[in-house]
Amino acid sequence: MMRAAPWLYLVAAFVFIYLPVGALVLFSFQGGSLPVPPFDGPSLQWYGDILSDDDLTDALRNSLIVAVGSAAVACALGFLAAYALARFVLPGAALMRGLLIAPLTVSYLIVGLGLLMVLQRLGLGLSLWTAGIGHVVINLPLCFAIIYASMGAQQQNAERAARDLGANEAQVILLITAPMLAPAILAAFFLSVTLSWDEFIIAFLLTRFDITLPVEIWSMLRSGLSPRLNAIGSLVFLVSVTAVLLLEILVFRKRA
Amino acid sequence: MPLRDRTLGWGLAAPALLWTVAFFVVPFVVMGAMSLATLDGRTLVWGLSLSNYAEIADKAYIWRAILVSLEITLTVTALSVLLAYPLAWIIAFRVPQRWQRLALLLAILPFWTSYVVRSYAWLLVLAREGVVNQTLMTLGLIAEPITLANTRIATVTGFVHFFVMLLTLTIFANLVQLSPNYRRAAMDLGANAFQTFWHVVLPLTLPGIVTGAFLTFVLCIGDYITPQILGGNNELTVPQVIMVQLGRRADFPLASALAIVLMGLVTLAYLACARWLRLDRI
Repeated sequence: MMRAAPWLYLVAAFVFIYLPVGALVLFSFQGGSLPVPPFDGPSLQWYGDILSDDDLTDALRNSLIVAVGSAAVACALGFLAAYALARFVLPGAALMRGLLIAPLTVSYLIVGLGLLMVLQRLGLGLSLWTAGIGHVVINLPLCFAIIYASMGAQQQNAERAARDLGANEAQVILLITAPMLAPAILAAFFLSVTLSWDEFIIAFLLTRFDITLPVEIWSMLRSGLSPRLNAIGSLVFLVSVTAVLLLEILVFRKRA
Repeated sequence: MPLRDRTLGWGLAAPALLWTVAFFVVPFVVMGAMSLATLDGRTLVWGLSLSNYAEIADKAYIWRAILVSLEITLTVTALSVLLAYPLAWIIAFRVPQRWQRLALLLAILPFWTSYVVRSYAWLLVLAREGVVNQTLMTLGLIAEPITLANTRIATVTGFVHFFVMLLTLTIFANLVQLSPNYRRAAMDLGANAFQTFWHVVLPLTLPGIVTGAFLTFVLCIGDYITPQILGGNNELTVPQVIMVQLGRRADFPLASALAIVLMGLVTLAYLACARWLRLDRI
C-alpha cells in the first residue's frame, strides 16, 4: 500500500491537471450545442464554424502579428542591453539592470493601466501598436535576463579573437555573439511569443477595434458555454503546445 | 574592455533603457500622480489630494475586496505549495530517470494554455451541467447538481490548478539540484525517511519554496481573469474593483490609488519573505 501511494498521488495529480484541458478538447468535438456531458460527437462542425468566422480569424491574425512583432523587438532590445551590460564597464550598471528587470515585479494590470493613462493624456488612439508596446514592456525584462545570464567568458574569448582579426563591433555582435547565443535568444523569443499570444489584460486595455484573440474569446465568453469556445480554445492550446515542444526539441535537447 | 568604448556601451543599452523609462517608468509616475488627483464631475483635477485613499479606507466594499483578495491569495498559495511539493518530490525521486523529463513536461504542459481559455475550461468542469456534477449524479452521490461555478471554490480551484504546475517546476528544480549525499548522510546517521525530509531536505529547499510562493502571491493577487470568470460578481477582488472603476465610471484616480494599494500588498509580502527570497534563482 505504501509503495503504491506515490503512484496514486501522481495519477490523481495528472487527472486534476488534465481535467479542464480534457473537457475542453473533448467537447470541442461535441455534436450538440452545449459543451457538457453526455458527449454526442465526434463532430467537426464547430471547427468549421470558427474557421469561417471573420472576427475570430482576424483576431487570430492580430494575435500572431502582436506576438511575433513584440517578441522580436523585446529580443533585439534585450540582447543589445545584455551585450552592453555584460561587455562594457558602465557606471550605474547595477541600477540599469534593476531598471530593466523592474517591470517583472509589477502585475500586468498595473502596467496596462499606467500605459493607458499616458496614451489618453497624449491623445493617442488605441491599436495593435499600443498593445504591442505593452507586450514589449512585459517581455523585455525576461529577454534581457535570459540572454544576460547566458553571456559567458566562452563567447568573450571568441569575440576578442574576432576583434584581433580585424572585425568591427557590429561584425562581432552579428557574426560572433548572436550566433553563439542563439539558444538563449531563441528561448527568449519563444517564451515572449507564448506570453504575448496569451496575454489578456494589457491587450484588453490597450486595443479598441483591432483586438487580439484572448480579448475576442473574452467577449465570446459573455454569452456562456459554447462548443465554439471549446474549439477555439483547443486550437489556441495546440499552438502554445507546438511552440513549447519546438522549444524543447530545438533548444533544450541539444544541450542535454 | 577599454574605457573609450563606453559611449558604444551606452548606445547599445540605450534602446532598452529608453523603452523601459518611456513605457514603464513614466506611466508609473503618471499613475502615482493620478492617484493624488480628483474627479470633478467628469473633469480631472490634478493636485495632491489624498481623497482617493480616504475613499478606499472609507468604503466597506473596497475593504471587503482587499480582504477577499488576501484570503483567496493566501489560500491559493498554501494549497498550491502543499499539493505541488509531493508531486515534484515524486517526479524527482520516484519516477525513473529516463522518464523524468517527460513526466515533468507533461505535468506542466497545460500551464501553456491561454489563461482565459484555462478559466473557461474550469467553467466547463464546474458548471451546473458540467463534468463534475454529471459524474457525481451518475454515481448517485448527489441528487441535485451542486453550485460550484461562480463561487470562491471555483476561483481557488482555477488558481490552484495553474500554480501547482508553476510550483512543481520550481520545486522540482530545487530538489534535483540537491546533492543526494545530504540524504544519504542523514540516513547513515540514523534518521528515518520523515526525519530526513523534515530536518534536511525541507530546510535546504525552503528558499526555492518561498520564492515560488512569493511568485504565486504576486501573480494571484493581481489577476483579474480567474476571479471574474470563475468567481463571478458575487464577491469582488481588488483587480475586479479596479476594472469596475475603469469600465463603468472611468474613475482613473480611484483606480490608480487601488493599483498603488495592490502594489503595497505585494511589497508587504516581499518584506515578509525577503529573508528566504532568491529571485535570481527563478
